[in-house]
Amino acid sequence: MDRIPILKLGPHLLVTIQVDMHDRVAMTLQDDLTERIVKERARGVLLDISSVEVVDSFIGRMIGNTAAMARVLDAETVVVGMRPAVAITLVELGMALPGVRTALNVEAGMAVLESAGKMAGHGRPAR
Amino acid sequence: MNRRERWLVMVVLRDELLALRSVDDIIKARHLVRDCAVSQGLSLVDQTKLVTAASELARNALVHGGGGEMQLQALNDDVRKGIRIVFTDHGPGIADIRKAMKDGFSTSGGLGLGLGGARRLVDDFEIRSAPGQGTTVTIARWQQG
Repeated sequence: MDRIPILKLGPHLLVTIQVDMHDRVAMTLQDDLTERIVKERARGVLLDISSVEVVDSFIGRMIGNTAAMARVLDAETVVVGMRPAVAITLVELGMALPGVRTALNVEAGMAVLESAGKMAGHGRPAR
Repeated sequence: MNRRERWLVMVVLRDELLALRSVDDIIKARHLVRDCAVSQGLSLVDQTKLVTAASELARNALVHGGGGEMQLQALNDDVRKGIRIVFTDHGPGIADIRKAMKDGFSTSGGLGLGLGGARRLVDDFEIRSAPGQGTTVTIARWQQG
């Protein structure tokens, strides 16, 4: 079965989804990612979905849940690279991904994480 | 109402059947619908909407209906091109279709966006179901000219 690679970029993790998201792949990613957040003491997660052509309610829920799990583990998630057709479809489907931060590409997403890190930096113990 | 009858010649260009037995088949369904939507000349946004609706309904047939099948047809008449997809399962059926269509209604712990969401993504939507009778959902997306 496909497994989605998780790359470490400084204090952040980069997840690039390049396969058509199988339900089981999505579930495995949640397990792998939460484990890596704790192991690497990650502050942020970039979820790059620029290759993803279809996000249905199951995958959308998976994205929302992943962001929520990361938040509970004190890491910010930014979903980057959503295709315009996917954005239009998601909103019409009734899923606007509330509570999930987004950015247009990896670079912009990284900037969001960096500024979030600085803002939270004061009075926050170093990991 | 004065309605003039008009003969419409409908040509079936493609007619395929796909069994929906496991989550792998949801991916197969998405690929098949995408391929057909591309060959019928649907715009990228329309392709994406149709594939997403098909993904929702294939999952419904699997999760709620215990599996079923998807029939995919590429159709042309003299004014438009389109795709019609029929999802059939032989599961327990739906007692209250109106309630099942509402956003947020779910019997599976999901978000309950499947049926109502799929309906918003297509041009035609029809659902037939009764307790013990299984469920059949027919969707279509059309492209003028």
